[in-house]
Amino acid sequence: MDLVLVLVIQVLFAMASLALISVGLAVIFGMMRVINLAHGEFLMLGGYSAIFATQHGINLWISMLVVAPVVVGAIGVLVERTLIRFLYGRMIDTMLATWGLSLFLIGLITGIFGNTTVGISAPLGGMAIGNYRTSIYSLVVIAITVVLLVAMYLVLRYTRLGLFARGTMQNPDMAAALGLSPPRVYAVTFGIGAALSGLAGALIAPISGVFPTIGIAYIAKAFITVIGGGAAILSGTVTASALFGAIQEVGTYFTTPVFGVVITLAAAIVLIRLLPQGITGRFLKRWL
Amino acid sequence: MMLKVRDLHAAYGRIPVLYGVTFSVAEGQFVGVLGHNGMGKTSLLRALMGFLPVAGGTVVLDQADITDWPAYRRSRAGIGYVPQGRDIFPNLSVLDNLRMGCAKVDGNDAPVIDSVLEDFPRLKRLLDRLGGALSGGEQQLLAIARCLCGKPDLLLLDEPTEGIQPSIIDEIIELLERLKQSRRLTVVLVEQNLDFIAALSDRILLIQKGRITREVSPGSLKDPDLVGEFVGVER
Ligand SMILES: Nc1ncnc2c1ncn2[C@@H]1O[C@H](COP(=O)(O)OP(=O)(O)O)[C@@H](O)[C@H]1O
Ligand SMILES: [Mg+2]
Repeated sequence: MDLVLVLVIQVLFAMASLALISVGLAVIFGMMRVINLAHGEFLMLGGYSAIFATQHGINLWISMLVVAPVVVGAIGVLVERTLIRFLYGRMIDTMLATWGLSLFLIGLITGIFGNTTVGISAPLGGMAIGNYRTSIYSLVVIAITVVLLVAMYLVLRYTRLGLFARGTMQNPDMAAALGLSPPRVYAVTFGIGAALSGLAGALIAPISGVFPTIGIAYIAKAFITVIGGGAAILSGTVTASALFGAIQEVGTYFTTPVFGVVITLAAAIVLIRLLPQGITGRFLKRWL
Repeated sequence: MMLKVRDLHAAYGRIPVLYGVTFSVAEGQFVGVLGHNGMGKTSLLRALMGFLPVAGGTVVLDQADITDWPAYRRSRAGIGYVPQGRDIFPNLSVLDNLRMGCAKVDGNDAPVIDSVLEDFPRLKRLLDRLGGALSGGEQQLLAIARCLCGKPDLLLLDEPTEGIQPSIIDEIIELLERLKQSRRLTVVLVEQNLDFIAALSDRILLIQKGRITREVSPGSLKDPDLVGEFVGVER
């Protein structure tokens, strides 16, 4: 029984962290059809922002939940204004530009912080479940992810800002004819996507540590989640992370962590073969 | 609101589509632009709205030269646009489509929508439906209502009768008549439906191959010979 509970927590944690690292990418891709190859580096910058802030005496939770998203969100707006906005509708150019940005950011951070792993120890310690132990922090990450996704749903569904975002996503010219400035909507959206990535990078920093090339470890997982999820930003992210998170954890349990990832990637290939438009391209079409 | 278009040129890439369009619309006037398929009616409205880059000429709205303004700024300056094909947001409810129409209205949008819906009894029963699930006629009414939510002074209407059953066409004529009076709108309507354009317009301009070729009175459209001579549109 205790083992089952521990396993359930592990599976939920895998789902939550997958959703966390993907949701910023999903927002940017879903809203603007921009494939952001620097997504992994936004996660990395979130981790460094949080660690840098804690090292300078700021409370760990504030560093993770406030400093990281604000810093990376601001970087996102800067990147959108100086780079991305010239490339809308040109997918290959955007991919090349964001790839270049990713290399630049890795080089920049290596120059500043060195090519070493820095870490913060996970707060809150552990908790006994029968004969097993689980970290309280992973429960907190699960809870934060749920709160975040629910909040995003409420904003998109019930606020004017969310409505404008959805409308602009469906038909930017018509939105402009009604008086909204699509470039402004895009800048805000890109900033929000980057902020979400910064938050995710900060929340996983205590678990994995941070180093300049850590983005590479996450970007493939984030992309299969977004592509597997399909057009609907939230329900796509939730269903794909639930599916792939479960497959990965179960695979890991019966084999090894490396094989767990291999099995997940294989499952993603099968899924995209069966549903080229992703899960929400076929199901839950009307969802957010 | 007064509109002055002078020697407007526009092209799709290298292919020209407007070859020097000149006309003006006085405040409160309802001007019809009549022309065949492919004569450049939609392109003209897209250029006026800022979606088709202008290669030459000027567009002046009241005193402001808006030739280089982006679409959202023209919209905020008081131009409302009801495009051909209607461009309803398919995955938004009817109510949310109207709320999108209120994007340039500050503060609470509910009273604005309520007052617009007074003129659209048909839409009141459809508020929860998805925009994409409406019939063509209902979508046309919604597109007009959505546009009015932004309180435009100048309305650009692109073929509101296209693909719509005759009963709703009559309803739209009545509606526009009423709105013209009650909201003191200035209107540019492009159409190929003669009865519709004749019923509503104060002045009618003919557009041929990207140029305004002449102006006729709404009354003269009742004479089939003249009509054949002017535009070759069969009745
Ligand atoms: N997106 C486009 N790209 C290239 N040519 C176009 C495009 N849209 C329209 N045209 C051409 O421009 C001309 C005018 O079209 P349009 O303005 O749609 O006419 P109308 O609305 O009077 O039917 C036509 O010859 C049409 O083929
Ligand atoms: Mg047309």
